[in-house]
Amino acid sequence: MCGIVGLFLKDKALEPQLGAMLTKMLVTMTDRGPDSAGIAIYANNSDGKSKIVVQSDEPETDFEGFELALSTALDAPVSVKITDTHAIVSMPEDKLQNAPKAITAVNPALRMMSRGDTLEIYKEVGLPKDVAARFEIEQMVGSHGIGHTRMATESAVTTMGAHPFNTGDDQCLVHNGSLSNHASLRRKLRRQGIHIETDNDTEVGAAYLTWKMNNGATLGEALQSSLDDLDGFFTFVVGTKDGFGVVRDPIACKPAVMAETDQYVAFGSEYRALVDLPGIETARVWEPEPATVYFWSHSHQPTQEKAA
Amino acid sequence: MQTLDLAAIELREMNATLHSQAETTNQTAWEIVNPKGAHAIACGIDAPIEVTVKGSTGYYCAGMNKQATINIKGSAGPGVAENMMSGKVVIEGDASQYAGATGHGGLLVIKGNASSRCGISMKGIDIVVHGNIGHMSAFMAQSGNLVVCGDAGEALGDSLYEARLFVRGSVKSLGADCIEKEMRPEHLAILADLLEQADADAEPEEFKRYGSARQLYTFKIDNAY
Repeated sequence: MCGIVGLFLKDKALEPQLGAMLTKMLVTMTDRGPDSAGIAIYANNSDGKSKIVVQSDEPETDFEGFELALSTALDAPVSVKITDTHAIVSMPEDKLQNAPKAITAVNPALRMMSRGDTLEIYKEVGLPKDVAARFEIEQMVGSHGIGHTRMATESAVTTMGAHPFNTGDDQCLVHNGSLSNHASLRRKLRRQGIHIETDNDTEVGAAYLTWKMNNGATLGEALQSSLDDLDGFFTFVVGTKDGFGVVRDPIACKPAVMAETDQYVAFGSEYRALVDLPGIETARVWEPEPATVYFWSHSHQPTQEKAA
Repeated sequence: MQTLDLAAIELREMNATLHSQAETTNQTAWEIVNPKGAHAIACGIDAPIEVTVKGSTGYYCAGMNKQATINIKGSAGPGVAENMMSGKVVIEGDASQYAGATGHGGLLVIKGNASSRCGISMKGIDIVVHGNIGHMSAFMAQSGNLVVCGDAGEALGDSLYEARLFVRGSVKSLGADCIEKEMRPEHLAILADLLEQADADAEPEEFKRYGSARQLYTFKIDNAY
């Protein structure tokens, strides 16, 4: 089944509560997916720095001396903040492109969860409430975020198989459904030089969008063409540095509910994920149409893009 | 009026209380508060009682209903009134996917819009939607009436058997073997009655009727065993 949540704040006054609100939404969706959980927060606190979130199965040893080693490898001041199995690596913006290679060189066992200026992804195997508690998601401040509770279908229950998947700088995606052409599409994308790490179908969906955007498509255009090129069932919720988007396949059998007020736009696989949001009683609540791209952005007035 | 508060009691207790009402119960008016989108609210009732749900519901609300009148003062999640046998279910807001699916009888009224697969495989239920319905509605419907005061989505009535579909607005496309049919006086009478029961502000003459062309494989005598 899988459960998806998303929250895009229009009202800055709610930003300190983003983590708490998203956590509540995520935990409510536990019985749609108890295998693993993940959350992407746009923390909006980059201070001119870029960041990469890395994960380790042995954080006590792997993160020991990591900050110094990476600073040396990148020839730049790097700061590392450890939370449970994850570490947020902050670095000067111009070092972001070289950083993944440098991180792998310093310690090949580290896995990269996300990269960008404001995006932080935290994901692990386990119940959503435990995963949220391990990373203290409730305390997090941010402008928008998405989350996922996984009921594994297409690949193993692992940290790397958990959502969200990072699809490019500050871009990420969560998915409810299953893609039936992921194997052939994975081969095609790998031939195009796209890095795909796991056997997970969603990672292929994410990589597809990255490939499209690398070739000049906007996120909206990439989502639109995914309707033609991805086979199977999907409800995607995507985050970008300043935006939040939703698309469902043309059959649209995977559930989705959206709510909008002056303060926020929210997404849930089920309405009960939204019931604790402020003003939900009077919010505009609707089910997104099949094969339709919805998108909101902070960079202009929050708007809804509705492609054909 | 008996009140069941889902903030205070478990869902199972709430449903068990409603199930324990005998056909001759004197407690005929029930109210369910704090539904908060919970699943399977007021499912499997078999008594002539009236239940009002104050808020929006999750999956399968009012499923398998017999005899009861259930009012939802909000929107309903997927599978509302699925497999209803008799009685009446009225939703003030919108309904999600497969509303009234496989229903054998009774009346389902949706005052807002219904989503995809409304009335899929209906087997005798009557459904009146004040707004629009989504794609693949009345797929393989076998009997009963689906009345849509707004527009219908793609593939309406795909692989239809005997059900009657009445649509006032536009139909995006008809499914396999579904065709427009003439509106005869008996259809206008059925429609007038359903519109009145559903409190819908529409005239029977404004609707078009769709039904099965009976040309699919299953209808050909050569294919009978």
